Amino acid sequence: MIITREKPIEEILSYIEPYKKILVVGCDGCVQPPRGLREAEKLASMIEMAKKAKGQEVEVAATTVTRQCCIEGLRNQLKVDGYDALVSMACGIGVQVLTMVFPELPTFPAQNTVFIGYEEKREGNMYEACVACGDCMLGYTGGICPVARCAKGLMNGPCGGCVDGKCEVEVEIRDWKGEVVEVVKNDCAWYLIFNRLKQIGRLDLYRMYRPPKNWALATGPRRL
Amino acid sequence: MAKERKAFSNLMKAIERGEFVYTGELEPHRSIDLSDVKDWATTLKNTGKIVAANVTDNPRSDSAISSLVAAYLIQRDVGLETIYQLRTADRNRLALLSDILGAAALGLKNILALTGDHTKIGTTPAAKPVFDLDGTQLVALIHSLVYEGKDLDGNEIHGPKPEINVGVAGNPNMDPLEAEVLKLERKAEVGADFVQTQVVFDVEIARKYLRAVEHIGIPVLIGIFPPRSYGQASFFDKYVPGVTVPKEFIEAFKKFNEIEDKARRKEKINEYNVEYFVNFIKEVKKEKACAGIHIMAVGYPDVIGPIIEGVEK
Repeated sequence: MIITREKPIEEILSYIEPYKKILVVGCDGCVQPPRGLREAEKLASMIEMAKKAKGQEVEVAATTVTRQCCIEGLRNQLKVDGYDALVSMACGIGVQVLTMVFPELPTFPAQNTVFIGYEEKREGNMYEACVACGDCMLGYTGGICPVARCAKGLMNGPCGGCVDGKCEVEVEIRDWKGEVVEVVKNDCAWYLIFNRLKQIGRLDLYRMYRPPKNWALATGPRRL
Repeated sequence: MAKERKAFSNLMKAIERGEFVYTGELEPHRSIDLSDVKDWATTLKNTGKIVAANVTDNPRSDSAISSLVAAYLIQRDVGLETIYQLRTADRNRLALLSDILGAAALGLKNILALTGDHTKIGTTPAAKPVFDLDGTQLVALIHSLVYEGKDLDGNEIHGPKPEINVGVAGNPNMDPLEAEVLKLERKAEVGADFVQTQVVFDVEIARKYLRAVEHIGIPVLIGIFPPRSYGQASFFDKYVPGVTVPKEFIEAFKKFNEIEDKARRKEKINEYNVEYFVNFIKEVKKEKACAGIHIMAVGYPDVIGPIIEGVEK
C-alpha cells in the first residue's frame, strides 16, 4: 500500500488562499490510512471553518473516487464544474492525474506521500519495504528486501555498522502530523537475510556475489 | 578461490616476501592545510617499520579534504606509501572509476575499498546518500580495471592498465562470525588482495577471526588502536560499534586518569600501551593468516615505534 501523511492545515490553506470554491477529492484506492469521503469531508469542514474565521468567503465541498490514479475513472466519476480549485487526498500520483484530467483547475496536495510499505495492524506502526526498483531480488535474499530495508541499499551486506542485529542509522518514527515520537534503530536487513537464508538452508545465496544493480530500471520518469 | 593477484605496492610486495608488515593511519581534516598530517606521516616513516599508511575518506561521514588528494600529497612530500581509502557512500560508479584512474595516474598503489558509514550519522545528515556500489562491488570494479582494463560495463580504458592493490575491511567483532567469513570469501572471490580489520582489543577475538578466515588464503592485517587517554579507551568501549575493550584495560586507564602530573600520566599510558600491544601482537603473529598489524594511533604516532620495537626484541 501507499502510505501518506496529512500536510499541516496551514500549508493547505496557503495553497488555496486565492480560491473561493474548492472541491476536496478523496481516494478509495490503496492509499493508507484511508483518505476517502469521510476524510475528505473532515478536511473540507476544517478549510471552511479556517477561511470563515478569517472573514473569507468560501464554499468547500467533498467527494471521492474509486482511484485517483486512473484517468478514465476520473473522467467518468468526477464533475468539477463551478469549482476554482481541487484539493487531493490521494498520493502524489493522484495529484498529478487530477492535474492532467482537469488542466483548467489548479490541484493541490493535502498529503505528503511517504513510502510504499506494510503495517503491523490497523493503525499500528508502518514500515517501508519496497522502493519499486524494477528488478526484484527477493528470490536471492530470503524474501527480505535489502534495497528498501538496508539504509545503504547494499547488495553484498551486512556492513560494519551492524551491531547486535541492528543498523547503525537512527530512524525517526513520526506520527501522522510528522512529529517525531520515537528514535529507533531498525533491524539490519542483511542480518535478517543471513538468518533467514540459514534457516531455509540456502546460505549459498548469502555467500554469492551480487553484481552492481541496474539502476537504469529505476530511473524515472518510467513508463509501462 | 581468490582471483589473480599481483603485487604492485610496497605493502603487497612486503607481504609476498613473507615479511610481517605494519601499516598506519592518517586522518586529514576538513582543511586545506595538511601540515599536521604530514608531520604524523613523517613520524610513521621515521620508525622505519611502517610500510604504508591509510589516508581516510570522510571517516564516520564527517566531511574532510579529498582522500585522493591527501594520499597523493602525503606520498609525494613525505615519501611514505599511502593506502588511499575510497568509500562508495559519496560517489557513484562513474565518479569511482574517475578517482581510481586518477589515483593510478598519480602513482598511488593501494586502495582500501570501503562502503563507508552512512551519511546520516556524520556532519552532513541531509546529504543524499549514494551507495551506487557497495565495498565488494568496488573491489570488483578495481580488479576489472587492473586485470581486464575494463569497467564493469565492459568499457575499455585507453593505454596502460592501472597498477593498484585493493584492500577491504574486515570485522572480527561481527556476531555471528559466520556471516563475516562468508562475506570475506565473497570479497576475495572478486579480487581483494588484503584485509584490514576493525579495531580489536581482545586477543581471543582476533585469534578466532584469523582461524575462521585462514582457509580463504587472504593476508589479514589486524587493526589495533592504542588509546592516548581514558576518554578514548572508554569511547571505544561504549560507542564504537561492536568493539569491546577488556575490563582490565579500561580499569588501568581509569587509574592513569587520576595521575595529576601530565608528563607522568602520558608516560604511564605509553608504558601500558606498549606492554599490552606488544603481547597482543606476539600472540596474533603466531596465526598463519596474520600478515601484519594495522595501527590506528591517529594523532598519537609516537607510540608506534616502541610497540614495534617491543615485538621485534
